[in-house]
Amino acid sequence: MKVLVGVKRVIDYNVKIRVKADNTGVETANVKMSMNPFDEIAVEEAIRLREKGVATEVIAFSAGPQQCQETIRTALAMGADRGVLVQSDAELQPLAVAKLMKAVVDKEQPGLVIVGKQAIDDDSNQVGQMLAALLGWSVGTFANKLNVAEGWVEVKREVDGGLENIKIKLPAVITTDLRLNEPRYASLPNIMKAKKKPIDMQTSESLGVDIAPRLKTLKVEEPPKRKSGIKVKTVAELVDKLRNEAGVI
Amino acid sequence: MAILVVAGHDGKTVRANVANAVAAASQMGSDIHVLVAGSNAGEAAKSAAAIAGVAKVLQAEDAAYANWLAEDIAPLVVKLAPNYSHIVLAADSLGKNVAPRVAALLDVAQVSEAIKVVSPDTFVRPIYAGNAMATVQTTDKIKVVTIRPTNFKAGAGGGPGSNPAAIEQIGGEGSKGLSSYVGAELSKSERPELTSAKIVISGGRGLASGENFKMLETLADAMGAGLGASRAAVDAGYVPNDYQVGQTGKVVAPDLYIAIGISGAIQHLAGMKDSKTIVAINKDEEAPIFQVADYGIVGDLFQIVPELTAAVSKK
Ligand SMILES: Cc1cc2nc3c(=O)[nH]c(=O)nc-3n(C[C@H](O)[C@H](O)[C@H](O)COP(=O)(O)OP(=O)(O)OC[C@H]3O[C@@H](n4cnc5c(N)ncnc54)[C@H](O)[C@@H]3O)c2cc1C
Ligand SMILES: Nc1ncnc2c1ncn2[C@@H]1O[C@H](COP(=O)(O)O)[C@@H](O)[C@H]1O
Repeated sequence: MKVLVGVKRVIDYNVKIRVKADNTGVETANVKMSMNPFDEIAVEEAIRLREKGVATEVIAFSAGPQQCQETIRTALAMGADRGVLVQSDAELQPLAVAKLMKAVVDKEQPGLVIVGKQAIDDDSNQVGQMLAALLGWSVGTFANKLNVAEGWVEVKREVDGGLENIKIKLPAVITTDLRLNEPRYASLPNIMKAKKKPIDMQTSESLGVDIAPRLKTLKVEEPPKRKSGIKVKTVAELVDKLRNEAGVI
Repeated sequence: MAILVVAGHDGKTVRANVANAVAAASQMGSDIHVLVAGSNAGEAAKSAAAIAGVAKVLQAEDAAYANWLAEDIAPLVVKLAPNYSHIVLAADSLGKNVAPRVAALLDVAQVSEAIKVVSPDTFVRPIYAGNAMATVQTTDKIKVVTIRPTNFKAGAGGGPGSNPAAIEQIGGEGSKGLSSYVGAELSKSERPELTSAKIVISGGRGLASGENFKMLETLADAMGAGLGASRAAVDAGYVPNDYQVGQTGKVVAPDLYIAIGISGAIQHLAGMKDSKTIVAINKDEEAPIFQVADYGIVGDLFQIVPELTAAVSKK
């Protein structure tokens, strides 16, 4: 069984982002970019499935500008076998990404697709659910633990009240939550090896997918700032402030 | 055109955030219908009918809906969709699971976690862990929107007998047979639920063990508070996953949020910085949490928390 994983190139989670002065978006020039952290978890899970003999091949998919090659290389260095890059400089919204992934799924016929639960830039939390819908497949969102069996996957999901166990039919889409695994670091020899692994270059035209955005971003602004507070010396002072100044206890 | 709010429920009552979703929907238009899909969901349908502002409740009875599997709920919503301008869900683990599936089946975009309704087709939503606010306009005919419950104040509930909305029975669509529910391991707690508690007390890696969280439980009980945590505390196994507050956990906005042994990473702040009053207890005076705290105490939590518990216990 082939496993397809989504790897998105995003501003690194440690970067303090800046809103552009003209309110059209967020500053991305000269900013450190990395693989979306949830996608590292997706790649790790796919590689583990191959190591267990459940998966035969791990394919890393990315859609976006030319530099997404680096993101795919990171996945290859972790252990993915090959990549597919849908190159596009246009804005790609979750529905468009799901359609591009579906076109790749139609070609590659994987038995399982693993994506992150959410991209930490747009915070959409949509692509996996949308892809499953377009394919008519089952979906296991917010996965905490997977057990892939013959024809089925048992998924432990992180939900509002705790954990939930479901059994879903293969082929399926999984979205990763933080506790699914701890992604490995790529070793130097594997980084070297990754340079030779193939990346299939595609475009939305070559896949015949309409990627026109459905949402128009009218403006992007800074959030309101909180006014700065004070330090108190003692618990008694704190309790007094909470009672008599803030009136919250 | 009418608006459809899709309600999460436990069979007896709809989730508290359904009232928030109705409040958000009422800013998008009038004639709000609530869909209660379930198996033996009569009581839940009644609770939906009592929410102020609801014109009609659609109760869909089908064994397939007992556990809210996306594969089975989404086709029902899609079938109803042509009668509606908007489909609105709370951005909780049910809404996040189902809304994108509905949107993709309808070939429309989905607006995630709207915090403000600017006009019926324009919404404000946080991006980059709330470090930027995007105003987006949808061009689709049917608008699928999840809303952040803490940003929409629920109207006064109708209460029993006070003009409840009519409940219409609609049929179910059966099961697609793609998925099945096995069971749940839910955290049991008598404390107020995190996302609706008036006071939330959260602990981080500074607590150093799950055992030490008992100290926060005592404080929470003394204050009638809900209990939350940072990702680090959850990852370390101190507390269950559903305690996580933040960009990728729960979003809370209580009257009072007390962060204890939490450094204040942007991913954590994303889930709590809309709280009315924030208190931080941390031994590191440089900890970023102090930048959003109204009141900070620099010191050892193992000394401060028992003192605070004693102080709030004697009224
Ligand atoms: C993709 C992604 C998603 C994430 N999502 C979330 C999320 O939703 N929620 C979230 O919280 N985090 C999230 N994080 C993690 C986040 O970046 C931080 O790592 C995390 O919030 C840190 O938790 P912490 O503050 O408990 O731990 P630390 O950063 O280790 O801070 C511990 C604090 O405790 C203090 N302390 C230690 N001992 C004591 C003592 N005795 N008395 C007083 N103070 C003490 C220290 O001074 C320190 O400030 C995410 C990260 C990523 C990459
Ligand atoms: N441009 C992209 N390229 C590859 N994968 C993506 C892309 N956008 C989203 N994904 C995948 O979909 C997941 C959820 O993204 P989102 O729905 O945008 O929050 C991410 O964690 C990725 O695995």
